[in-house]
Amino acid sequence: MRYLPLTDPDRSAMLQAVGVASIDDLFVDVPQAARGVKFDDLPRFASELSVERQLTHMANKNMRAGSSPFFIGAGAYWHHVPASVDHLIQRSEFLTSYTPYQPEISQGTLQVLFEFQTQVAMLTGMEVANASMYDGSTAAAEAVKMAMRITRRSRVVLSGSLHPHYRDTIVTNEAHTDSELELCPHDMRGSEDLCSMIDDKTAAIVVQTPSVFGGLIDLEKAARTAHEKGALLIVVVTEIVSLGAVRSPGEMGADIVVAEGQSLGNGLNFGGPYVGLFATRQKYVRQMPGRVCGETVDADGKRGYVLTLSTREQHIRREKATSNICTNSGLCALAFSIHLSLLGEKGLRKLAILNHQSAVKLANALCEIDQVELVTPNFFNEFTIALPKNAHRIANALADRDVLCGVRASRLFPECPGIGRYLIVAATEMNTDEDRDAFVRALKEVLR
Amino acid sequence: MTGSTMNRQGRQTQPHAAPANVNVTQTEMITGNRGLQIEEGLIFDHGKLDVTGVDFAVPDDTVEHRLGNFARTSVIGLPGLSEPEAVRHYVRLSQKNFSIDTGLYPLGSCTMKHNPRLNEKMARLDGFMNLHPMQPHKTVQGALELIDTLADWLKVLTGMPAVAMSPKAGAHGELCGLMAIRACLEDRGDARKVVLVSDSAHGTNPATAATCGYAVEAIPSTRDGRVDLAALKARLGPDVAAFMLTNPNTCGLFEREIIEISEALHEAGALLYCDGANFNAIVGRVRPGDLGVDAMHINLHKTFSTPHGGGGPGAGPVVLSEALAPYVPLPYIKHELGEYSLVEIEEEAVEEGGKPFGRLSAFHGQMGMFVRSLSYMMSHGSDGLRQVSDDAVLSANYVAARLKDHMSQSFEGPCMHEVLFDDRFLKDTGVSTLDFAKAMIDEGYHPMTVYFPLVVSGAMLIEPTETESKESLDQFIDTLIALTERAKSGTAEEAFHQAPTMTPRRRLDETQAARNPVLRWLPDTPTAQAAE
Ligand SMILES: Cc1ncc(COP(=O)(O)O)c(C=O)c1O
Repeated sequence: MRYLPLTDPDRSAMLQAVGVASIDDLFVDVPQAARGVKFDDLPRFASELSVERQLTHMANKNMRAGSSPFFIGAGAYWHHVPASVDHLIQRSEFLTSYTPYQPEISQGTLQVLFEFQTQVAMLTGMEVANASMYDGSTAAAEAVKMAMRITRRSRVVLSGSLHPHYRDTIVTNEAHTDSELELCPHDMRGSEDLCSMIDDKTAAIVVQTPSVFGGLIDLEKAARTAHEKGALLIVVVTEIVSLGAVRSPGEMGADIVVAEGQSLGNGLNFGGPYVGLFATRQKYVRQMPGRVCGETVDADGKRGYVLTLSTREQHIRREKATSNICTNSGLCALAFSIHLSLLGEKGLRKLAILNHQSAVKLANALCEIDQVELVTPNFFNEFTIALPKNAHRIANALADRDVLCGVRASRLFPECPGIGRYLIVAATEMNTDEDRDAFVRALKEVLR
Repeated sequence: MTGSTMNRQGRQTQPHAAPANVNVTQTEMITGNRGLQIEEGLIFDHGKLDVTGVDFAVPDDTVEHRLGNFARTSVIGLPGLSEPEAVRHYVRLSQKNFSIDTGLYPLGSCTMKHNPRLNEKMARLDGFMNLHPMQPHKTVQGALELIDTLADWLKVLTGMPAVAMSPKAGAHGELCGLMAIRACLEDRGDARKVVLVSDSAHGTNPATAATCGYAVEAIPSTRDGRVDLAALKARLGPDVAAFMLTNPNTCGLFEREIIEISEALHEAGALLYCDGANFNAIVGRVRPGDLGVDAMHINLHKTFSTPHGGGGPGAGPVVLSEALAPYVPLPYIKHELGEYSLVEIEEEAVEEGGKPFGRLSAFHGQMGMFVRSLSYMMSHGSDGLRQVSDDAVLSANYVAARLKDHMSQSFEGPCMHEVLFDDRFLKDTGVSTLDFAKAMIDEGYHPMTVYFPLVVSGAMLIEPTETESKESLDQFIDTLIALTERAKSGTAEEAFHQAPTMTPRRRLDETQAARNPVLRWLPDTPTAQAAE
């Protein structure tokens, strides 16, 4: 077995040193009823070549993004990741280390986290950020809990702009607390009146921009109203690249910003692992969930980094911790941070413009088709269109023509009647003019 | 040796002999660097707003934007690095980390085993990495098949009938398991308020129970490091929903009364949650399903070798007993008539007899980790996995046996895949567990887990894992013995307090970090440069 260094003579010598006759003697504490199990249904060990063949066979059954025109978004986005990012995250010392519990031999990971926190804070327009959460949706659930702790109120409004997976994650996480969630109906056109939903019992209002339909949402009035009533504004961003082109949630008055960071440095990976971003104001740091890295000095007075504010965390505070999270998304945060360092201000802005233009060109072309209507007038790289026929059938027909055209709204909102004709379409820097032409052509055919 | 031997080019080929009166290691450094240890500033110290390491096509200025009045006008302040600068920055930083690939990493409870590179290669197959979670099912049959295959392996290895795949780490799995338990009890019309947790449990256990809306109470351990069954039985009653037990537990011991524990719980109408972080000790040998467990998470990033990545990502699938099997999170995979699909909607699950309790996150789990762990399982097979647990347990017992007369092992008898020591052997030496750990660093080892579990004083939990050779274990043990002797000699107290001294940074001031939190870089002066 290629991963096991001990030889049989080693094992014998070790058993002898331990003073037992066989390995079974070390399992004497296992109850009789659970001993002697055979796993005959499972295969035996396999060579690299054999494993590679079997898994490649499974991989080849899938239709991957890029093998044909691809326009799916809805919370995960297809972007180009520079070759150096994947190379660097596979450095042994990043890949195979644990959470930096021993700072003297973890300054690499710790400095990366400090840089990551700074980048996230800058991008979201907030003062501080943590060292990552599992993903955007769980970060949103944590933000709701944090807002209730800060305000000591229990009513939370979930806007109709919110991705239904995020909404459901929050609902599930609040199922056993005394919070009171108010779920707004889906808001395709960005027309809901956020201000009227906030009163002086509201802990927070959760709004997503760009919305799950792709529309850009104005938060400024909601922020003002929330603050007047002592509530917090939680802003969700599922496409972090948008912040290279649109105003940051911080500038619009957000108190907590949670985001999905997958778009930078991380592949689509069929849904995970991704990286949750969590940013807030300095005055709330002690209520923040998750790990945080801070600057300090060492015994020689040199600048260095440690995990800090751990009295919030489960390993110290146990049932009184701000969150139960332990392992987070370290390596995905590293990938995010490397990609963003490569981009810098200049690259990120260019990437954002290219995304926006890719989507605008596609939206313009699609809307020239008879009876296809754009529903979201202002958007970043994703928008919603109304089709003359059922979007489910159309999406399937387009998939048969090798065009993955987007996510039908009815998959995300199965409970809503009357949403059947809507399609949520994303376009990024990955899409070419040929891709867009192919989409338009195929849609015309299908509608004919 | 004269130091004057030269080759034909006139280049010296032997080192100079050191003169007796010069201490060569004390030379003042011009750069602050020390050979391969190179100081590296923050990207904010040397990055520039107008530099980028990514080239793009030229934007098409004829396209009219549709950003409305949302266009960003402010400067973000993000520095950029060209590719050579970026590569150097991150390579230098990486060199300040200890890792499994660097050396033995005996961090108890974390299972720092070798991470096979085949797994990395498989996870990067185009047909897995470039799949979107919302693609039509018919375009992702291979991906769904992979998740389903992994689920089968987990069910067989644990002897449990069902598994929820979506939890993103161990703690998330705990939440999933407790939500299933809560849903089941509420369905019986028997909502209960309290979750009991062993006092040696990991902090995530009580934190999760609280997150799930339960009051938490601790159950003490006995003097042999296991759950006090009598105390547990005495506490059971109509208000107790579940007991969270770690098995093998965090003292490195098998809870030999687990079946009695499970029976007592079931009799009292409660359920048994097992923290499966230590599954590595029994994988391929013992099935939790034979021990009366109702729910157990498996840290794929421990037992099944997906890399820890400096703190994640992980994956924490949860296996469930017959009683809990209907209470799963959405979505899950269905395999019918040779076709795979995802059940995403509550109504659909209910039609199939399920009673889903909601959604734990967006999409459907840590696919990247699934590919890696299946690759690992297939590589080992059932025989290899059994050898994994055998070797892991043997290695820990070997460490225990050879250290027995030098350090103070907390509990008698064979241990599982990790062995717990406490600080009794350091009594009156002036050396603390922390000092001892830091001295190990100077000797080229990552310390064991220290000060956890909380049930012994100055805990040192050593988990060698099955991927160390005997030579590597011996060198490690010899080092610990020598350090122990040094500590007991009474002459090296100050050296222990000062350790480590050979690292990029010496001990860091954690008090200052917490008192005056500096959690991000800030410019000294407002950014003057505007972005393009
Ligand atoms: C015993 C035990 N339980 C639970 C956990 C939590 O797992 P995770 O870090 O994957 O959330 C850990 C890991 O740190 C652990 O060691």
